[in-house]
Amino acid sequence: MLEKMIFGRYIPGDSFIHRLDARAKLIFVFLFIMVVFIANNWITYGILLVFTFLIIRLSKIRLYFLINGLKPVVFLIIFTFLLHLIFTREGSIIFEWKFIKIYEEGLKQGIFISIRFTVLVVLTSILTLTTTPISITDALETLLNPLKKWKLPVHELALMMSISLRFIPTLMDETDKIMKAQMARGSDMTTGSMKERMNAIVPLLIPLFVSAFKRAEDLATAMEVRGYKGGEGRTRYRKLEWATRDTLIILSLVVLAAILVYFRK
Amino acid sequence: MKREIISLQEVTFTYAEEDTGVRPAIQNVSYTINDGEWVAIVGHNGSGKSTLARLMNGLLFPQTGTVRVFGEPLNEQNLWDTRSKMGMVFQNPDNQFVGATVQDDVAFALENNGIPFEEMVERVQASLVKVKMSDFMNSEPHHLSGGQKQRVAIAGAIALQPKILLLDEATSMLDPQGREEVLQTVHQLRKETDLTVISITHDLEEALLADRVIVMNQGKKYAAGSPQEIFERGQELIDLGLDLPFAMNMSRLLRAQGVQIGADHMSEEELVNDLWTSHFNK
Repeated sequence: MLEKMIFGRYIPGDSFIHRLDARAKLIFVFLFIMVVFIANNWITYGILLVFTFLIIRLSKIRLYFLINGLKPVVFLIIFTFLLHLIFTREGSIIFEWKFIKIYEEGLKQGIFISIRFTVLVVLTSILTLTTTPISITDALETLLNPLKKWKLPVHELALMMSISLRFIPTLMDETDKIMKAQMARGSDMTTGSMKERMNAIVPLLIPLFVSAFKRAEDLATAMEVRGYKGGEGRTRYRKLEWATRDTLIILSLVVLAAILVYFRK
Repeated sequence: MKREIISLQEVTFTYAEEDTGVRPAIQNVSYTINDGEWVAIVGHNGSGKSTLARLMNGLLFPQTGTVRVFGEPLNEQNLWDTRSKMGMVFQNPDNQFVGATVQDDVAFALENNGIPFEEMVERVQASLVKVKMSDFMNSEPHHLSGGQKQRVAIAGAIALQPKILLLDEATSMLDPQGREEVLQTVHQLRKETDLTVISITHDLEEALLADRVIVMNQGKKYAAGSPQEIFERGQELIDLGLDLPFAMNMSRLLRAQGVQIGADHMSEEELVNDLWTSHFNK
C-alpha cells in the first residue's frame, strides 16, 4: 500500500542536487516559480526546457519517477491546453472543422502553458524526490523562523509536520490491518454502487480514528516524560549547513532570469 | 550501603475525585526502592501498577501521601529535573517513537534538555552502541521490529544518563524473541552502570530477573519480597490472576500428578536437571 504513495517519496542518492541544503532547494523552487513567468516566446520557453533538463541530469533521478510524478497532473495540463487552444481567437486560422476554429495564437499559448506546467511540476518533484521529508520540515522551520516575531508558532508547526510524516506509514499499516479484519468479517469495499462503497468505508474510518486518538495520547505522554516542554531552550540535533554549492544554485537562477529577460519579446 | 532513591508513603490516588463510590486506583501504598536495585512491580490488569508508574514520575500526583524521588518530595518545581534523571519506556513501541529516524528519536530527549550539539552526537552514538542498534542509525521506525523499537526507546532513555529506568509493561506487546532482546539489554545495562531498574509487568518470568518483587492487587500492596519468597505463594498468585513462570507451573502440575520431584524450580534449567536426575517411577 505504501508503495503507491508518490507524495514525499524520497529516493536516496548522492547527486549534486541531493547534497544541496534543503533551504537552498526550497528557495530555489520558490524563485523558479516566479522566474518561469518571465518566459513569453519560443526561445525563452526553449531555454526553460533546457534548464529543467540540466537539473534533471544533475539530480540523477530516473525519468520514470518524474513521469510517475507527472501522472496526477496530466489531466490538468491537457485540460488547460485545450482551453487555450479553443478559446484564444488571435492570429490566423490553422484548422477548421464545423464550429471548431483553431487559431495559431491558441496553439502557441496552449503549448507554452503546458511547458510552464510541466517544468514546475518536474522541478517540485525533484525537490521532494531528492530531499527527505524531515529535512524539508527542518528547512521550513529555519526559513520561517523570522515569523516568530508575529507570533506564528513555527516550532510547533514543524514538529506537527514531522510527527505526521512519521506516522503516515504506521497509520497506513493500521488501515491495511483494519481493512483485512473487516473483509474477513464479510465487508465488501471494492464492489457495489458508489453509495454502498461509501458505507463500507465507515467501519474502516471509525476504528482508525479511535486508534489514532489513542496513539496521540500515548505519544503526548511519552513526549512529556522525555522532557518536551515546547520550543524554548531546546537544542537541535539536525544541523543544516549552507555550502558554496547552495549559493551557486541560487545564482544559476539569477543568470537564468537575466538570460530570459534578454531574449523575451 | 543502601540509599533510598524512590519512596512512596501511604499514597492514595483516585482518577474520579468527585465520585466516592469508585475504588481508588491506588490505596495507601508505601514502599521504598534503593539505589541500584531492580524491582519488579507485578499485578493483574487494574491492580494499579501502571498508575504507580505515573505517580513515580509526576505524570500524576497523589491525593494523599507523598512520593519522594532522590530524597525530595516530587512537586511542580522539581518535576522536569526529576524526569531528566528518570528514563521511561512504555508499552506500545510505535506510540513512543517521536523522531523520523532512529537517531532523531534517541536525540529527542537530549534536544528537550538543551544538550549542546557536539555532546548530543556522542551520546546518541554511545547509547545506540549500548543497546546494539548502532547499525540502524538512519532506519525509519516502520522498518524495525517491535523489539528493536523498544531497544531504541531504551537508548533514548539512557542517552540522558538517568539514575532510574522505568519500564512500564515494556515487553508486553513483543514476541518472545523481542522480549528476550529487551530483557538482555536491560541486564547488560545493569552490569555496566549502577542503573536502578523498576519494571512494571504482569509477566512473572520478567519478575524472576528482579532483586525484589512487589505484588499489587486491587490498588493495594499485596506482598513484597525476593522472587523466591513471592513465588513460594504459588496458588495465592494464581488466585490474583497472575501466571506462574512456566517451570514452576510445570513442576506444580507434575507434582499434582504424583511425580515425586522437589518444589521451587525457578528456571526451566533447574526443572530439567531435577527431572533427568530423579528416580521417580511414574
